[in-house]
Amino acid sequence: MEFKEKLLSSHLAFEEDLDLNDSVHKTRASALKVFEDKGFPSKKEEAWKYTSLEALIQKDYALFPKSESSIDVNDVKKYFLYDTDTYKVIFIDGVYSPFLSNTTHDGLDVCLMSAALSKPKYRKLIDTYFNKIAPQGDSMTALNTSYAKEGAYIYIPKSVVAEKPIEIIHFSSGNENALWLQPRNLIVVDENAQVQIIERHQSLKEHPVVTNCVTEIYVHQNAFLDYYKLQNDLPSASLIDGTFIVQEKNSHASVHTFSLGGKLIRNNLRYFHKGEHAMSTLKGVTILHKKQHVDHATLVHHAQPNCESHQDYKGIFAERSEGVFNGQILVDKIAQKTNAFQQNNNILLDDKATVNTKPQLEIFADDVKCSHGCTIGQLDEEALFYLRSRGIPKKEAKALLTYAFANNVLESVQLPSLKKRINGQIAKKLGVNLGFEL
Amino acid sequence: MLTIENLHAEVDGKAILKGIDLDVKAGEIHAIMGPNGSGKSTLSSLIAGNEDYQVTQGEMLLKGKDLSDLDAEERAHEGIFLSFQYPVEIPGVSVTNFIKTAINANRKAKGLEDMPASELLKKIREKAKLLDIDSKFLSRSLNEGFSGGEKKRNEIFQMAMLEPSLSILDETDSGLDIDALKIVANGVNKLKNKTNATIVITHYQRLLDYIVPDFVHVLFDGKIVKSGTKELAHELEAKGYDWIKELASHGI
Repeated sequence: MEFKEKLLSSHLAFEEDLDLNDSVHKTRASALKVFEDKGFPSKKEEAWKYTSLEALIQKDYALFPKSESSIDVNDVKKYFLYDTDTYKVIFIDGVYSPFLSNTTHDGLDVCLMSAALSKPKYRKLIDTYFNKIAPQGDSMTALNTSYAKEGAYIYIPKSVVAEKPIEIIHFSSGNENALWLQPRNLIVVDENAQVQIIERHQSLKEHPVVTNCVTEIYVHQNAFLDYYKLQNDLPSASLIDGTFIVQEKNSHASVHTFSLGGKLIRNNLRYFHKGEHAMSTLKGVTILHKKQHVDHATLVHHAQPNCESHQDYKGIFAERSEGVFNGQILVDKIAQKTNAFQQNNNILLDDKATVNTKPQLEIFADDVKCSHGCTIGQLDEEALFYLRSRGIPKKEAKALLTYAFANNVLESVQLPSLKKRINGQIAKKLGVNLGFEL
Repeated sequence: MLTIENLHAEVDGKAILKGIDLDVKAGEIHAIMGPNGSGKSTLSSLIAGNEDYQVTQGEMLLKGKDLSDLDAEERAHEGIFLSFQYPVEIPGVSVTNFIKTAINANRKAKGLEDMPASELLKKIREKAKLLDIDSKFLSRSLNEGFSGGEKKRNEIFQMAMLEPSLSILDETDSGLDIDALKIVANGVNKLKNKTNATIVITHYQRLLDYIVPDFVHVLFDGKIVKSGTKELAHELEAKGYDWIKELASHGI
């Protein structure tokens, strides 16, 4: 049986415990129809031209873990940004782990999607936001929606500044032979509210795991969202991520994506402006080696006047790794005085590494400032000579230049311990010990 | 210290150096002058180990050791230092961290442990004072947003920290106002001793008023066409390079 058929036929089993007359379930059913009609995206589609899911979907995956897995906190501690002082929503093989998590309802809601989808007190918010932000026609998103049941639910009420960052972590235990996960997150940041969120997906053993994750985010007037995606998974793990953000007037939404590990990663990151003077920041550092593949597909839809967007993605590709950047900026006719900037710089460290980068600007307003620039190059030989002439060996010199190349993105990380962590991971990835902490 | 014999070099098949002979002894300062395009920067890059240039003939010896098989970093470990005409910017790496990395890389090559932090800081303070460098400057990203003068001062600061046996100053005076020039020259003079040597590469005589050379060589079209003492620099200043070109065209 093809994996697509399995996904369609397994839906009956998934429905067993659910209220089929519920409006949420009607949403799931119609999303399944979309996936049934469209199927998995193929390389024939422009948006998937350079990323093939073919090899991934040839395999068979378990959709529901057979048994609950427990993991020892000491084995996973290292994946937490902080031991304490964060809210944590943690899942193991798609199942919530109350033991590892630290949720709250005290002044803000940091809890479970399953609770939000089923309890009456969340009904209004679910009706307003659930599956209202994500695009309806996208097949991978539709597939996620059809199985949407568990994930993180975060609501930051008006004028509340979340005192602690929130960590959303999905572990896969490796107890299933091969696993297909579909977490669904919903984040609503109400007027004048602020929140910092860190998301990561982590396998604990080498085993095939594919995560098809969807996160919907609504950022209200004057609110601030600061979101970090840490993608440093084992080489057996793949991630297809859809993060969809709607911004109201004067809001700021920032997403940093650090892609350092994993087999295949596709990041669909889309912004839509619903109010004027919204500010969007999209930044990323990608450092790959072996046969890793990372595809960043961004879309900023400027649908209101006077909004700003800043995109800055840096990629460093070694060995046979592959990078893709497709940055779409859409400026509606009404969106006058838009400032939209996009920058994608890539360094190829080896002959066999490849990058495909494509800016895609569609501008229908006439009074706008839009710029884009993409470069593909090698490390500057002159700079390398400079460092080596100071006695710094080639490998360390290359690492220093690589770090300097990514520095623009790194320096805008607002959480010091996260910044330190990422710097450490980058140094490790580059295989150097520089004698000082990056 | 440095012996260069019949050195020929090319870049992309184009001959740049066409037979250089140079002998620099410990304790000496040599100036190499010459018009643009005469091969001055090529010579300094070659000594430091830039792989963009290919040596086609001749040899370079540092304290009797053949340099041809040594990488740039290995030459640095042997005691060669090049002060760049255009120092490179390294965002995100502070001057202090950079110098620490360089010093410890050199120590590691000699089989030594990392320099203890207290010793390093003491040395940094001492050398920064010598070059009138503010401590705020040391925590800035290396060369990023530095003025021309700051970049050159930072080069000499690195030289002071690394204590090379042979320093090559490539157009260190370019982009410097007179005050910065004096500070840089004063630093170079104070670092000079009986066991090290300096090669000053310059287009103008101005720097040589402050760093007084023992010998002056004039490079033209890939060859040293004239050598002399510091008076030669004055002669060049007065007569310009046309005089040298004239000399060269007559086969000297």
